[in-house]
Amino acid sequence: MTTATHDHGHDHEHHGPAKGLTRWLYTTNHKDIGTMYLWFSFAMFLLGGTFAMVIRAELFQPGLQLVQPEFFNQMTTMHGLIMVFGAVMPAFVGLANWMLPMMVGAPDMALPRMNNLSFWILPFAFAMLTSTLFMEGGGPNFGWTFYAPLSTTYAPPSVTFFIFAVHIMGASSIMGAINIVATILNMRAPGMTLMKMPLFVWTWLITAYLLIAVMPVLAGVVTMMLMDIHFGTAFFNAAGGGSPVLFQHIFWFFGHPEVYIMILPAFGIVSAIIPAFARKQLFGYSSMVYATASIAFLSFIVWAHHMFTVGIPFLGEAFFMWATMLIAVPTGVKVFNWVTTMFRGSMTFETPMLFAICFVVLFTIGGFSGLMLAVAPADFQYHDTYFVVAHFHYVLVPGAVFSIMAAVYYWLPKWSGKMYNETMGKVHFWLSFVGVNILFFPQHFLGLAGMPRRIPDYALQFANFNMISSIGGFLFGASQLLFLYIVVHTIVAGKPAPAKPWDGAEGLEWTVDSPAPYHTFTTPPKID
Amino acid sequence: MSDAENARPSHTRLVIKMVSVVFGMLAFVFVGLVPMYNLICEWTGITGRTNEASLVQDYLVDENRSIKVQFLANNNADMPWEFRPMVKTITAKPGEVVEISYFARNATRRDMTAQAIPSLSPFEVTPYFHKTECFCFNQQPLTAGEDVEMALVFQIDPDLPAWIQTISLSYTLYDVSSEQQSAAVTFQ
Repeated sequence: MTTATHDHGHDHEHHGPAKGLTRWLYTTNHKDIGTMYLWFSFAMFLLGGTFAMVIRAELFQPGLQLVQPEFFNQMTTMHGLIMVFGAVMPAFVGLANWMLPMMVGAPDMALPRMNNLSFWILPFAFAMLTSTLFMEGGGPNFGWTFYAPLSTTYAPPSVTFFIFAVHIMGASSIMGAINIVATILNMRAPGMTLMKMPLFVWTWLITAYLLIAVMPVLAGVVTMMLMDIHFGTAFFNAAGGGSPVLFQHIFWFFGHPEVYIMILPAFGIVSAIIPAFARKQLFGYSSMVYATASIAFLSFIVWAHHMFTVGIPFLGEAFFMWATMLIAVPTGVKVFNWVTTMFRGSMTFETPMLFAICFVVLFTIGGFSGLMLAVAPADFQYHDTYFVVAHFHYVLVPGAVFSIMAAVYYWLPKWSGKMYNETMGKVHFWLSFVGVNILFFPQHFLGLAGMPRRIPDYALQFANFNMISSIGGFLFGASQLLFLYIVVHTIVAGKPAPAKPWDGAEGLEWTVDSPAPYHTFTTPPKID
Repeated sequence: MSDAENARPSHTRLVIKMVSVVFGMLAFVFVGLVPMYNLICEWTGITGRTNEASLVQDYLVDENRSIKVQFLANNNADMPWEFRPMVKTITAKPGEVVEISYFARNATRRDMTAQAIPSLSPFEVTPYFHKTECFCFNQQPLTAGEDVEMALVFQIDPDLPAWIQTISLSYTLYDVSSEQQSAAVTFQ
């Protein structure tokens, strides 16, 4: 305490970051923490991607070539867990950390020390989760949805590490979400009313509420697993009077809002980028806000569409089918607004815009296959096939992941003060775009033809499409190394970027220098 | 700086609100969702479970209707006992008291305890199917090599909807030797 007061006068003199490793360990600066979140999520993206490469390599040909089925199951499980909780969610939190305070004209996040904590527990959670691969009995092998009793009665001993890892990830997400809500509600610059906030801020506000509501449900369900495994309860054990179907209900009560947690911030990013490169105001701002809120609300009442085949009464199937289809309405409003924003705009096609347009088109394809899956009678055929795999990869890869890449290209000049190489960015985009479609489009056909998901081997009639899909997978995977190179090259050797590199861009973040100074908006800006 | 900070609404109040939502949701999972699931299953009979013993009802036997009742036996994954119904199918009139039995033999060399979990199909039958005596109400211990005939006594409510002509009653036998007396059936 004495040192703190002693150093106090000194602190006011330098406003730059501390030096060395402790800068990153002790930092409470939202930009530093945002950077760490983004690098961490990129590392997890490459790790989860490596697991995906193992999966696609094994599926390149029918028969077992490279890995044993037990290990294959661990790969599908870890790929899903790491991509969902390690890559996509931390990337969005990183973007929120970097951009939200600047977008609302705040000097930092509302709770900077908690911000540090919520990031620094993540590496431990994922180190713990990944270490299970080297344990006796292997890592989690029950799919990222960890249905009981696969994840309880029949789970490998390492499942306890998985449970605690999920607890830590949940704690991190909840802290991040509380911080974001506090920042948005309490730290806006004077004059920044709720309906003047950029859409990225709006979508994150709603996402944060979703996180606060459902991450405890995830914590609860893994706690029940823990109790079933170690303390003799029978939540999910039929012999003891419990029910495995109960697990699915609780999991998807968390899981469906979770999938919107992974897409709503993407809507915000795209709603920032498309107007910037169409040089037009976003069409239908308020309808975007209401559509986002409606999607968030509906996400709580559709969970059973993931489990049509467990034996739900007809009335229940009908309810969940119609409620699910209803989500297409606000989503359609959003797609309409993006397209209308582009209509008769003076469009240019820099890399962020390419990714954003690609998002609109391919996310919509993923939405349509989602509508097909929502049809309860038809779902009995699609359930647990590659059609489902194709569907959620279309909304998560060219959806969520492409929006994150768009955001990185769009804001990298602001973060680093350097401009990325436009040609290389475009090459990265086209390789990713072609790769992702070769990778996932054939999986629709495989699923409709009846190929089940999560299998290491398959019948011969699926061979051709699997080979095509794997080739696309390798192309897509390799092009992400180019992305890494582009980002590093920009930071090391990029040309200096102006404060506002995109002439159509709007928002407070473009009013500060590039790179953004370590402290921004210590005096709140004026909003009119 | 401190002036600006004072002008801002309190973070503490907001954080307390959000943290209470977090703990509220956590509690909701345990004391809300789980009992709600069990209640809904009980009200609607979706899971086809009939775990409560009922008294013999004084029904008027409906001589004009006969319902086919099929009996099934399943062993859970690692349950080694021999387990089967003594009769596979019977025809019962709504209202009459029917008694059948299941056979179980512990062919292993160790003493074991089993729990049978019932399931009725179609699930709409559940409220009309009254068991007055069932081996599924209790755990069944058998010493090595021992066998037993386990009784099941039931009545079908004459109010059974007309469209139901066949009822399937299935039992799955679980090995509960290791968790005996710990949590079995107490959970409901």
